Formats: sequence, structure tokens, C-alpha cells
Amino acid sequence: MSLEKFISDAISPWMKREGPDSDIVLSSRIRLARNLENHVFPIISNEQQADKVNRQIRKHYENQTYGNVGVLSYIDIDDLKPIEKRVLVEKHLVSPNLTEDPKYSGVLMSDEEHVSIMINEEDHLRIQCLFPGFQLIEALTLASGIDDWFEEKLNYAFDEQHGYLTSCPTNVGTGMRASVMMHLPALVLTQKIHRIVPAINQLGLVVRGIYGEGSEAQGNVFQVSNQMTLGKSEQDIIEDLRGVVIQLIEEERSARKNLLESSRIQLEDRVYRSLGILSNSRIIQSKEATKCLSDVRLGIDLKLIEGISNTILNELMILTQPGFLQQYAGEALSPDERDIRRATLIRERVKLEKNNE
Amino acid sequence: MYCQECQQRPATLHFTKIINGKKNEFHICEQCAKEKGDLIPGSNSFSIHNLLSGLLNFDQPLSDSNNPQPDKQVTQCDQCGLSYTKFAKIGRFGCPDCYKTFESKLTPMFKRIHGGNTSHTGKIPKRIGSELIERKKIDQFKQKLQQLIIQEEFEEAAKVRDQIRMMEKRFEGGS
Ligand SMILES: [Zn+2]
Ligand SMILES: [Zn+2]
Repeated sequence: MSLEKFISDAISPWMKREGPDSDIVLSSRIRLARNLENHVFPIISNEQQADKVNRQIRKHYENQTYGNVGVLSYIDIDDLKPIEKRVLVEKHLVSPNLTEDPKYSGVLMSDEEHVSIMINEEDHLRIQCLFPGFQLIEALTLASGIDDWFEEKLNYAFDEQHGYLTSCPTNVGTGMRASVMMHLPALVLTQKIHRIVPAINQLGLVVRGIYGEGSEAQGNVFQVSNQMTLGKSEQDIIEDLRGVVIQLIEEERSARKNLLESSRIQLEDRVYRSLGILSNSRIIQSKEATKCLSDVRLGIDLKLIEGISNTILNELMILTQPGFLQQYAGEALSPDERDIRRATLIRERVKLEKNNE
Repeated sequence: MYCQECQQRPATLHFTKIINGKKNEFHICEQCAKEKGDLIPGSNSFSIHNLLSGLLNFDQPLSDSNNPQPDKQVTQCDQCGLSYTKFAKIGRFGCPDCYKTFESKLTPMFKRIHGGNTSHTGKIPKRIGSELIERKKIDQFKQKLQQLIIQEEFEEAAKVRDQIRMMEKRFEGGS
């Protein structure tokens, strides 16, 4: 398969669309946890009980069409090969939890892959909507609409006091987790992030670094999400999160501007060195790759580097993870082999851009 | 920023937790978070073992004189068979009924997780919650009516009163 075709197939269609503020916000996500009444939660259900829940949901919603989301196709986790499971996780379409211990577990997915509804994860239903850029309200509107549609045929576990009843007490109430993925290289470079993160925590929001293989926040990509799900309405939760994201965007933009004014040549040096590494290396570990990708993406956003599309960070962050590398190779790879494969894939991807110029 | 537990790896998890009514900040690495099994909201990979065990230990005296129900009532869920001890261990409810079964023990935990909140104020399911939605709407109108009366806007108040009557009629007729 050609690299272009592989990338095109591998990247979810929703990711190819450009969203608002996409120079900083990579994506917005809403996830709603729902359960059916009179059924035990997946954590203690036996095979028969899990199967019953799975059938009941699929009976009404498999291959059904919702608005302009299109048709929802069902993928059973047990039918997937290990690499295919890993790829779904790396694309953030399903949680690692769903693939680790599947019990009549699966996912109803739209063709664009921006809607994925997990069945028998920790809860009976996890409705997830992903949007490119900063589109929390749009994501909530869609998720809530799908939620209403599911509620037409399914009796949710709900009570007046606790709201939507979930398996984990951290999700009860709205059952909603709203999150935004942000690329914040200038706030990290200027170390402002250390001051900002504790301030955000004070507001009841969680900030975490993502894409680290081990313990580190790699690629300067952070996820900001709500911590509480009980006692506030969905709209209020989103508004609080949006307020913080807007501030972060402003801080990052102003930090970028200052860097450009005070240390332009150093910044140019940094992003071009990173581009050099990505264009030429033969062996690259994921940590170095994500660092360089972050630099190059910053270079593109600041117009220091031209002729490379700004989707390169999002694309390659996903494509250079172990599952995708092995899928591209068509075989299982050792960590050393992955580093070689990763370097090749990145080099070829950068070359593609230059050819298209 | 380094992890406050090991001081070695960079902190990648940042969150606050309310402990005894005070906000505490946490900055830790994934590894320490996993080892500690601490409460990390929005994540499946960590248990809330410590938090719940802590709550089990200071088990508040809920069976006071005005609560004649013996404590043993909340030790196991009839519906799913989950015991409270198991719940504290796995940090997950076994079924929707567990919320009722263990209700008397849950309030302090919800307060800690959800910034002091214990009751839902968000979305209500349209179909199964239609009665509740209607009831809440009537309550809102009644409050509005009260206010209008205080402000001596009687003409407007009369309109609202009629609306309430209509809603109540529909409500009773429908159920
Ligand atoms: Zn640590
Ligand atoms: Zn139960």
C-alpha cells in the first residue's frame, strides 16, 4: 500500500477537517456515560447478562442512521486482531479498558469516526463525539442529540437525586466528561505552564499530559477536562471549561508572539533542527519524534516553516504509535524495529509534502 | 514540574481533591498515580480504593436515635449481590440499585469527589423523566408566581397562576 493511501485510510475523516482555533486546540471531545435500568453493570455482569445488554442495544441501533452523522456500524472487539484493537485505541475511538477485558463489548461507529458508542465498557453505554479544533458546544449538542435518540428505545438508569447512575462514582450525575486537547509549546518553553496548571486545578478541572509512552507529557500536548460531574448542569460544565480554554489559547498566543519577537533566530534554529531530524533520521524513538513534531508544528503555525501542512503533528502523533507502525509494517515489531520504522514513516511523510509543493 | 511523590519523573497528572473541606493540589507522574491507586477522575486505570477505604474507616454514626435502621442493612445490595466491602475495594457500583442500597454511606464520598455537591442539576431523560421535567417546570412557575405577588404585579401573576393550573391538570391527566 502506498504511504499516501495508508495515511489517508488511517486518519479518521473527522480529523482531516479543520476546526476553529486549530493552531492550538487539536480536538474537542464529549463523552456521556449511560446505563440501562434493571441490568447489572459490566464490572460484575456474567456473560449472559452482558450478552443481553449488547443485544438489546444493537437490536435498536446497529446499522441505524442518525441525522447527518450517517449510519452506525458495529464492531465487535472479540473479532479484532490485537494490532487492530491497538489501532482503535491509538485513534482514541475506544478506551484501552474496552479492549483489555471485553465481555460482549463492542462499538457502534460512524463512517467519519467522530461518533463512537462503546457497549459494555465500564458502563453499558459510552457515547463519544469528537470534533476537530475548539468545538465543545457542537460536540455537546451532537452527543446530547444521540443520547435523546438512544433514550427513545432504552430505559436509562436515572434518579432525581443522583442523575445518570454510573458504575464509577466519579461519573455520576451528568455522566459527562468534556475534554479538549491542546498544543501548548510556548507555554512549556517559557515555563509559564507551571504557574498556569495549578490555577486551572483550582477551578475543578484536570490537566494531563498525553501521548507519553511512559510517564512524560510528550509533544507539549495537554488534555484539559472537567473533574466533577455532579451538581452542575452540562452547559455550566462546558462554559467553565470553555472559559479556561479561551484563556489558555490567549496565553499561548501571546507567549508565541513574545518568543517570536525576543528570540526569533533561536526559535528558527530550534524548529529547523527538528525538521532536519525528522527529514533525515534513520532511527527515532517516540519521545524524540513527538518533541520534534511539536517543534515543527510550532514552526508551521508561526509561519517560520512553509510548505508543510499543519495536520502533520496530529497525523504523525497517531501514526507513529506502536499499533499503527505494526499495522503499516503488516507484522509485529520489536521496539528497536519500531524506532527504525518510525523514522522511515516520518521521513516519507515529510517527503510527500515536499513533492506536493 | 517534578512529581511530588518520587521527585524524579515529570508530573503529568494535575488535579485537586477536596479533603476534609480543604482543596489539595496534586502533581504526580502516571507511575506514582498507578502505584498509589489514587483517585484520578476520568480515568479507568486507577482505582479509588484509598479514598473509599478511608471513608469506610471513619464510618460516620448514621444509626443515631432518629435512624432506627440497623447498619447491617447497607452491607450488601439485594439486586446485584455486591457487598459494601467489595464496593470499597473495586470503587465501582454493581448496579443502579447500589445507589439506593448504600445511600446512607455515599454522601461524604460524593462531596469529596464532586466539590461538595451531592445532587444532580443537569439533564433529565426526555421520555422516562418527562414527569420529573414537568414537575420541575411547575415548581419554577410557582416560584415565579411568588415573586410576581411580592412585586404586586397581579395581572401578570394571574396569567402565571392559570398556566400552573393548566400544567397541573395536564400532569394529572397524563399520569
Ligand atoms: Zn512520581
Ligand atoms: Zn447493586
